Amino acid sequence: MRDVYIIGAGIHPFGRTDSRSGREQGVYAVREALADAGLDWPDIECAYGGSAAAGSADVMVNELGLTSLPFVNVANGCATGGSALASAQMAIASEAYDLALATGFDKHPRGAFNADPKSYGLPEWYGQTGMMLTTQFFALKIQRYMQLHGISRLTLGRVAEKAFRNGSLADHAWRRSPIDIETIMNAPMINDPLTKYMFCSPAEGGVALILASEKKMRELGADGVKIASVAVRTRPPDSFEVFQAGISVKEGGKPTVLASKAAFEQAGIGPEDIDVAQLQDTESGAEIMHMAENGFCKDGEQEQWLAEGRTEINGKLPVNTDGGCLACGEPIGASGLRQVYENVVQLRGRGGERQVPNNPKTAYSHVYGAPGLSGVAILQR
Amino acid sequence: MTALEPIAEDLWTDEPEPRLIAGQLPSGEIVFPMPVGDAAKDVTPYPLPRKGTLWSWTSQEFRPKTPYEGPGEGPQDFEPYLLGYVEIPGKVIVETRIVDATLDDLSLGMPMEFCIVPFNDRHSTFAFRPDKNS
Repeated sequence: MRDVYIIGAGIHPFGRTDSRSGREQGVYAVREALADAGLDWPDIECAYGGSAAAGSADVMVNELGLTSLPFVNVANGCATGGSALASAQMAIASEAYDLALATGFDKHPRGAFNADPKSYGLPEWYGQTGMMLTTQFFALKIQRYMQLHGISRLTLGRVAEKAFRNGSLADHAWRRSPIDIETIMNAPMINDPLTKYMFCSPAEGGVALILASEKKMRELGADGVKIASVAVRTRPPDSFEVFQAGISVKEGGKPTVLASKAAFEQAGIGPEDIDVAQLQDTESGAEIMHMAENGFCKDGEQEQWLAEGRTEINGKLPVNTDGGCLACGEPIGASGLRQVYENVVQLRGRGGERQVPNNPKTAYSHVYGAPGLSGVAILQR
Repeated sequence: MTALEPIAEDLWTDEPEPRLIAGQLPSGEIVFPMPVGDAAKDVTPYPLPRKGTLWSWTSQEFRPKTPYEGPGEGPQDFEPYLLGYVEIPGKVIVETRIVDATLDDLSLGMPMEFCIVPFNDRHSTFAFRPDKNS
């Protein structure tokens, strides 16, 4: 297998853009990525992309150009972006192609996501009785974690406070105003212990990344960032995931732990070598638990990490430097690729006011999606 | 008062002290709910003990979208409710509504007992409540 580089990155601002469809936001991002790489659409040899609620990604060719390239639609819940990246990476690592596109976009109606029990193989009563909501799963997971590992409610608030502060420095973020900790802590409760400002909202946006072989990158003289590893894993037996009416009494594995281990092994480095990380923060508790599940700290240490500001932009391990899902919102198909986009920005030193100091060399992204899968990508400069 | 219909058939047993019906796999493992269709092959219905301990909990403070069929029609008459997971020791951990309690009453590992409660004007459903006898 040969090395693969990201040589172009484009984004359509996240949030609400009434004037553009989800697909149009994706096309916008592709054009940005092409311009960044100095390429034209007909140069792209294959494409992988997806959206959960804004149509099939391959329809983009109507606007971008009918070049007959192979364009595969990807659908992996919140991990759609991570999965598109993994597919594009493999297309080049396998030497089948020299230039590939990974893209994702979305546009969701306002309000919480709702799900159909039947499409998840679950009985109707589970939805009828009001137990089939993703927000409940996140609250149930962090509630137990807080009791077992001594995490306080204030720490949940600190995660959200950091997210909005970082988001105010990112021009692609949706929420661009800092929110003080009192407002976050005193906001209406959604699912105890999580308040309104501790949850991300369904949103809109598009991201595109152009991947190339080393040979192609040198030929083009492009500003590339190496993909050191990429790993996607679904849930193992006895795990605790979203939409489970019953769970095993045995404590099982976690898809994030598996994907993280595989990505570190493949990259030949460990968590201590990472300079900047984008971790799935669907809500404040998820960022906290994912710090441990990805190996960056032990269970319970997050309390001290947040109190000491270790995950701030100028901290030991900056986490979610663009405000993450909390500040950017979550367009499902685009979300995982936004994390990788932000890492490319950071490694190229183009972060402006939110740039992580001291020329970061390694960057980590992690995305988790229903019904229980994770995607991790490690980039190196 | 007319009797309320259970929210689903065969979800709990029809006996004076009803029990939630799980399934036992050939491996001995207990799963909830009891699978249906092809997935039920070689799975035996397994009524669960009525007592358990609280594994985690939360509150639902906004009205869920469909397929939620709770009492009330709009956000105005929506009543927040509690739910959580109750561990039936050695068997399985079941997601459930929690009744006869407030958030402040709940703590990790507290004893809980099974009950059947009215859900809306047509249906009854299952829940767990703090076990006052333990």
